[in-house]
Amino acid sequence: MNAPLPDTATLLNTLVEAIRPNLSPETALVGIHTGGVWVAEWLHQALGIKTPLGTLDISFYRDDFSQRGLHPEVKTTQLPFNVEDHPIILVDDVLYTGRTIRAAMNELFDYGRPGSIHLAALVDRGGRQLPIQPDFTGAKIELPAGKNIQLQRNEQGNLILLIQ
Amino acid sequence: MTRSLQLTADGQLKHLLTLDGLSPAILTRILDTAESFIDVGEREVKKVPLLRGKAIFNLFFEPSTRTRTTFEIAAKRLSADVVNLNIAASAQSKGETVLDTVSNLTAMHADMFIVRHAQSGAAHFIAQHVEPHISVVNAGDGRHAHPTQGLLDMFTIRRYKGAFHNLRVAIVGDVLHSRVARSQIHALTTLGVPEVRVIAPRTLLPTGVEQMGVHVFHDMQAGLKDVDVIIMLRLQNERMKGARLPSAQEYFKQYGLTPEKLALAKPDAIVMHPGPMNRGVEIDSEVADGPQSVILPQVTYGIAVRMAVMSLLMGPAQ
Amino acid sequence: MKLHIKGGHLIDPMNGIDRPADVFVAAGKIAAIGQMPDGFHANKTINAAGCIVCPGLVDLSVRLREPGFEYKATLESEMLAAAAGGVTSLACPPDTDPPLDEPGLVEMLKFRARNLPGPRVYPIGALTQKMKGEALTEMAELTEAGCVAFTQADTPITDTQVLLRALDYATTFNLPVWLRPQDFYLARGGVAHDGPVASRLGLPGIPAVAETVALSTILLLARQTGARIHLARLSTRESAAMVRAAKLQGVNVTCDVSANHLHLSEIDLTSFNSNLYFMPPVRGLRDRDALAEALKDGSIDAVCSDHAPVDDNEKQLPFGEASPGASGVELLLPLTLKWAEEHGVPLSDAIDRITWKPAQILGVPGGQLGVGSCADICVFDPRTRFTVSSKTLKSQGKNTPFLDIELPGVVKATVIDGHLDYEAI
Repeated sequence: MNAPLPDTATLLNTLVEAIRPNLSPETALVGIHTGGVWVAEWLHQALGIKTPLGTLDISFYRDDFSQRGLHPEVKTTQLPFNVEDHPIILVDDVLYTGRTIRAAMNELFDYGRPGSIHLAALVDRGGRQLPIQPDFTGAKIELPAGKNIQLQRNEQGNLILLIQ
Repeated sequence: MTRSLQLTADGQLKHLLTLDGLSPAILTRILDTAESFIDVGEREVKKVPLLRGKAIFNLFFEPSTRTRTTFEIAAKRLSADVVNLNIAASAQSKGETVLDTVSNLTAMHADMFIVRHAQSGAAHFIAQHVEPHISVVNAGDGRHAHPTQGLLDMFTIRRYKGAFHNLRVAIVGDVLHSRVARSQIHALTTLGVPEVRVIAPRTLLPTGVEQMGVHVFHDMQAGLKDVDVIIMLRLQNERMKGARLPSAQEYFKQYGLTPEKLALAKPDAIVMHPGPMNRGVEIDSEVADGPQSVILPQVTYGIAVRMAVMSLLMGPAQ
Repeated sequence: MKLHIKGGHLIDPMNGIDRPADVFVAAGKIAAIGQMPDGFHANKTINAAGCIVCPGLVDLSVRLREPGFEYKATLESEMLAAAAGGVTSLACPPDTDPPLDEPGLVEMLKFRARNLPGPRVYPIGALTQKMKGEALTEMAELTEAGCVAFTQADTPITDTQVLLRALDYATTFNLPVWLRPQDFYLARGGVAHDGPVASRLGLPGIPAVAETVALSTILLLARQTGARIHLARLSTRESAAMVRAAKLQGVNVTCDVSANHLHLSEIDLTSFNSNLYFMPPVRGLRDRDALAEALKDGSIDAVCSDHAPVDDNEKQLPFGEASPGASGVELLLPLTLKWAEEHGVPLSDAIDRITWKPAQILGVPGGQLGVGSCADICVFDPRTRFTVSSKTLKSQGKNTPFLDIELPGVVKATVIDGHLDYEAI
């Protein structure tokens, strides 16, 4: 079944409104490639964030290198600000086991000592394998067994969540 | 003909022994991965935990400080454990065979061997005899290949020129004895450089070198005309013995890169050299230190490229 | 021992026989062909149904590694391997340690070989003392001890004056001289044929002119001295052409090619397989094909194995560090059959190149099965194919470039001097 569900635009707005009261002038957003970057770009604009957007590729920090090798497409990590001077909101599209976030935090710490890190996830699908919880969520959903949820971007640049 | 020793059954890179026979896709993937490692090298913590717990052994049967150090830095930036073995000094002189050395080190839980050896084919030989889980990187075997150098040279060209499909590249010097030149020629032709030139006297060119896909020039003036990239090769002192060349002076006059000869190339041509340079023999200091020289950046790129190679080779246990 | 070789197809090129015929052996000689002699009671009957029966093979170059190189192989093992390959006479080069430059060493070798099962061993004596290319050996004495010819093996004489005098001296006693044409200086430092493959692989090359320059010198000196020269192991197409021309001009010269050069070329080097490291090196495809044609038209007289067992320690090394040489006495027949298949050579001609012609070159009995001649016989199945493997090779040298290759021709029985010295199980 390839149905768009729930309505992605609604989730994005929910996430925006959840974050807005907690912003400070120095807040920096860091999106995790690839879906997290799309969400972060959207949030960055919708929230009018001043600090330039950061993007993180966690390929070099994953814990499954021995099983799966290096990801075929390594993107770059760009953090155009000093991690020590900004409260950071880490942004990902789907929060699942928590391993991606663990890798992302390790990588952020290799850039400096972050003042604080909060986590924003468009979708929390449960199934955590590590003690990591989001601070801001678009929606919490439960997936039937064997199903995955994925964020995609169409040619017009619109974001759509798909369950497969 | 046997299946390529370097690739697994599903086309993944298992060893890096030579650039000959690798697809453009694989070469491009290595270059793209190296881009990410450049960024790592520019931040304060230059390490990533990717190869933590892995043991990389530098097996240098032929001594080299520069190349070995680059591999060591690259391995450490990947958080791997590095062991340096200067075999030239120890085991070989005691008569221990190459295979015995390799077996002993395998027993010490090596995951990767980085091999430099004076004999062409030595890295192939070692790769044919290692345990299935060990990867071999050729750091230079005789005259045959120096694949990581070839890759870092391609990375450098791509950085400065953007693409390969519209370039004229000239390789100048002792191609006959150069493993670097052979690897560069394979990479350039694979990546689609339309014109690869070699410029050298006949005594420094291998028989049938045209069959590797290059145009031969003996006249440096003609050979450098309108080229975009000039790669200068080092001339060893030994070449004057063995009746290949009369003197370093005559060589410099005919084949050395001076500002005047550089002016024959395109105005934005870049000058490369795998190092170490013999100033005044193959290259004039003014050119080596001049604005078109990218010789120093080559060194930085070498670390990133080697990090990329090591990361791509180590992965799921075979 | 009376033997009856029954039901086989007899091919005896020298006597022009190529038809089904039984062979009867008594007292070490061929007693009869075709019809059983009256009162003949065979002690043993060999079933040769479906097989070719031919003269035992005469291999012009088989290294037995004694004296001095027993760690590579021994007389016993190599003679058994030769017999298993259908070889009944072989010539062994003098490049042993010490080299065969003294009568005592030759006598010892002949004595040892005589008392072992396996082929007749004909030592080729050293042309110069210690093979150094400076002082002559006592060729007359060595001939009395059993040498049938004289050679420098793989170490060419650089001093052309010495070469000329060695030829003159040998010719004084009408002794044949075997020379592998190689110019020391042009070949210096090389490990592979100087061509596009070696260039690509970064292997130091030996150009074709290293052979043809030396060959040219040898042919001119041969004409000058009237020496009986045998050219060993030609490897280039120019050499084949030069020999063809020289023969037409009446120069007294014969030549051979190694079975390896009929099948292999520089293309086979790409994996740096050190089993392909031997001298002379394999050359280009055109060279390989020209040699195969020259053997077919008779410009090249014979093919040999150039058997050189090398132990693993000396082969399992990077290419240029390995010891040169390929094992192959057991593969001479299969490789000759494969050459015949691929080049449309009649079986009788192919057998001629490994029996009668080499026997003539050696100047020894053998190579033919006329009634009354010595019973050196090979019985083989030409149709069955086998895969070369280190397990099935009987030589101690497993260093063959044909590992895992399928070849035709399985020897069923080898009779030497009327004795059944080898029988396949």
